[in-house]
Amino acid sequence: MNRGITRVATLALVLLVALIVGTTYWQVWASSGLAAKQDNAIQAVAQFTIKRGKILGSHAKTIYATNVRRRVEGQTLYFRKYPNRGLLAQTVGYSTQLRNRTGLEQSLNDYLTGTNSNLNTVIRSTLDRLQGITIKGNNVFLTIDPVAQRIAQGALGTQCGAVFAMEPSTGRVLVLASSPTYDLNLAENHFDAIRRIKANCRPASPLVNRGTGALFPPGSSFKVVTAAAALDSGLYTPQSQFYDPGYCIEYGQKVRNAGDPESPEQFGTLSLFTALEHSVNSVFCKIGIRLGAKRILDYSKRFGFYSLPPLETPESERAISGLYKNGRLFYPSSNSQVDPGRLAFGQERMIVTPEQMAMVAAGVANKGVVMRPYVVDRIEQPNGSLVTRTIPKTLSRAIKPSTAAALNSMMQAVVTGGTGTEAQIPGVAVAGKTGTAETGNSGINTTWFISFAPADHPRVAIAVVLQNQTGFGGSTAAPIAKTVMEALLKRP
Amino acid sequence: MTLIGVGALTAVGFASVYIARQSVISTASLAYAGIFLGLYLLAHLVARATVPHADPYLLPIAGLLTAVGITEIYRLDPTDAFRQGMWVVIGVAVFALSLFFLRRDYRRLESYRYLFGVGAVVLLALPALPGIGATINGARLWVKLGPLQFQPGEIAKICLIIFLAGYLREKREVLAQGRLKDFGPLLVIWGGAMLVLVETKDLGSALLFFGIFLVMLYVATSRLLFVGIGAALFLAGAVVAYETVSRVRERVTIWLHPWTEHAVYCAANGKMELRQNCASFQLTKSLYSIANGGYTGTGPGKGTFTTTGGDALIPFLNTDFIYSALSQELGLIGAAAVVLVFMLFVMRGFRIALLASDGFSKLLAVGLTFGFALQTFIIVGGILRIIPLTGITLPFVSYGGSSIVANFLLLALLMLVSNRANALRGIE
Repeated sequence: MNRGITRVATLALVLLVALIVGTTYWQVWASSGLAAKQDNAIQAVAQFTIKRGKILGSHAKTIYATNVRRRVEGQTLYFRKYPNRGLLAQTVGYSTQLRNRTGLEQSLNDYLTGTNSNLNTVIRSTLDRLQGITIKGNNVFLTIDPVAQRIAQGALGTQCGAVFAMEPSTGRVLVLASSPTYDLNLAENHFDAIRRIKANCRPASPLVNRGTGALFPPGSSFKVVTAAAALDSGLYTPQSQFYDPGYCIEYGQKVRNAGDPESPEQFGTLSLFTALEHSVNSVFCKIGIRLGAKRILDYSKRFGFYSLPPLETPESERAISGLYKNGRLFYPSSNSQVDPGRLAFGQERMIVTPEQMAMVAAGVANKGVVMRPYVVDRIEQPNGSLVTRTIPKTLSRAIKPSTAAALNSMMQAVVTGGTGTEAQIPGVAVAGKTGTAETGNSGINTTWFISFAPADHPRVAIAVVLQNQTGFGGSTAAPIAKTVMEALLKRP
Repeated sequence: MTLIGVGALTAVGFASVYIARQSVISTASLAYAGIFLGLYLLAHLVARATVPHADPYLLPIAGLLTAVGITEIYRLDPTDAFRQGMWVVIGVAVFALSLFFLRRDYRRLESYRYLFGVGAVVLLALPALPGIGATINGARLWVKLGPLQFQPGEIAKICLIIFLAGYLREKREVLAQGRLKDFGPLLVIWGGAMLVLVETKDLGSALLFFGIFLVMLYVATSRLLFVGIGAALFLAGAVVAYETVSRVRERVTIWLHPWTEHAVYCAANGKMELRQNCASFQLTKSLYSIANGGYTGTGPGKGTFTTTGGDALIPFLNTDFIYSALSQELGLIGAAAVVLVFMLFVMRGFRIALLASDGFSKLLAVGLTFGFALQTFIIVGGILRIIPLTGITLPFVSYGGSSIVANFLLLALLMLVSNRANALRGIE
């Protein structure tokens, strides 16, 4: 009988060993896959046992996201609280119990929960876990200037639009305001209240980050890109002479100048310099025809068009600027597929994000070098030691320094005596370009102003966009750019 | 010595749960541990007096498992832990009484083998009787007598093992030759038990009884052919059950495809739901619980078992699913340690079987030990998706009165067998 007993004993031990193997499988191999499952109610609760990192301004004074402690069934849980409510809402994003996350709350979730793979965080959270101490996430410090951000948000008011401001020499994002905004604290229990928010556009879409994730026709602000292509290619100089009859002939049809109230309908003989200053469509139309659509688009690529502009927010909340056809990004295989004249002054099917247009302004300001925009200055452990700090990086060299210098003075003329005079700041040389894109509904425009200052040593580049405007870029967007610029130039 | 170790572990366990849950050490938690230790000391003294030669490891191992269980139950629901404590007291009493009455020779049980056999079937059939039977969680396994309710299946298991040990010892030679008529009583009682189990939809116990039967038959006759025939019968039975019993089909479907991407018909509410939100809700939630433990676990008292509103996430956590609660809080290290303790118990049990001098004792020890191992495998393997999940308790650990009492009885029998075997070896 003993041989049988030995065999049965072996079988029993094999069965029990299988249990250890099975446990190992679920706790080690399958664990992360299970944690990611949507119906994982434990993760939905367990996330609240972690003291999530804070999202702060560049100094800890401004708190965008923090936690409130609550005890449930003897367990300490941490729930999210957003003291600054709607300020920077779309960029900060929310993190709710259903594990829906947006903005930096989504893209930096690993850092905020202390599960990022930086060695010092791994060591600390493992030690915390072993000691049974509450796991604390890392704190995120942003580059945003809270004062200017508040001013920008206030200036946008209930208008649909966005302000995107960055430092040309580094790419630091200083203002990223999207309007209408919403109180992040509503995301947990009062989502319907967010849906009911109204603004001067329909749908108001307060959740959309218009600074990075919404596409608008650039109108004449795109002329900066066309002018950059014209000058950089060597085919034109600022002094190149044109004759403006008030229209441009394309495919045998007249394309008329925009009826800008500050510019005459017809300029006669003028230079490229003056054409940009007064945003003369017919001149850019001619330039466009000569350059060809592809050359203009290739220059736009150098500024970052046709690729996803960098930022720390989730990819799904950023959009690619470029030509769109049937809702999809479109790059022509031959020049004949695109109307080059209309493209040159920002019509055709070109649509852009404020972030992209700020990158254009910043590129010109920074002697032709476009820096990678970033909104996260640094990430620190709860004890203050550094986890990571963003180092400014060059994204591309868009144009030659000489081209940038020429564009700089042309854009200064726009503000001193052209279409953008409302952006003037006493004692500061401001460079800018207006844009007014027709929406198809007569009298309703999307208006733009892109600018940088001080022109001789630029510290700030701004793009402002407004939807559903009856006025022009120079009268609607430029004053907002000016207000935000003033606030940002006051910074030490 | 080992007893002190068990006591200290229990105290540490209770204290750590208390610290984690209340942020202070309460004297109540230490009092719990003190009472527990006292109880074990008592059990130990009774064992020393009645079965002095018994295996010295079995009682401490059982104590440790009971302590682990009661600590986790205490963490999940202090009221349940109190009730479980009461049942442990009853269990220890049963343990002490069994040792006392059977201390001279437990082998007289053998002469009552048919009584045990019929008793097992009757016990199993009790819940099916109208008036005293009660259906809980889809299976009719409970007997309700006034305020008292218990599952007779656990006791029936031990009765059946005693019957099998006695019958097989008597007929092993003729059975090995394959004389069909000798299989008669065996098949009547065993078949009766299986019929009742299938009828009451207690699939876990049916599997357990089948396994015990096959193994004991194999050990008694040394004929692998019987195991082969048994396994073939089992497969045939499983196929028939799958085709005819909807509950079996459902369990297999849940086992193979716990997650669906599209909504499927949900029998519970008659709507279309994802399976993980309906039929396999419990299994998937329990797997999430295990996965959340990782290597080191969340720590005692720190696991997540409730929603942010304080509602329970996993139903039947402290009975069938206690292992997934343990896995989350103790992690792979702790869960593997618990399984290793089970292994230790099983190894001691088989050692007793090997050392026993007579056939009845050997078969009894093998049946009890293998039953213990297989029961552990059926419930934990079900939780881990190694086999389809069937509700059954984890010996010594799960919350449940009849289970605790039955396992203490099992412990007493093993110690009796061991005592006799060691005493005889000593004489030689």
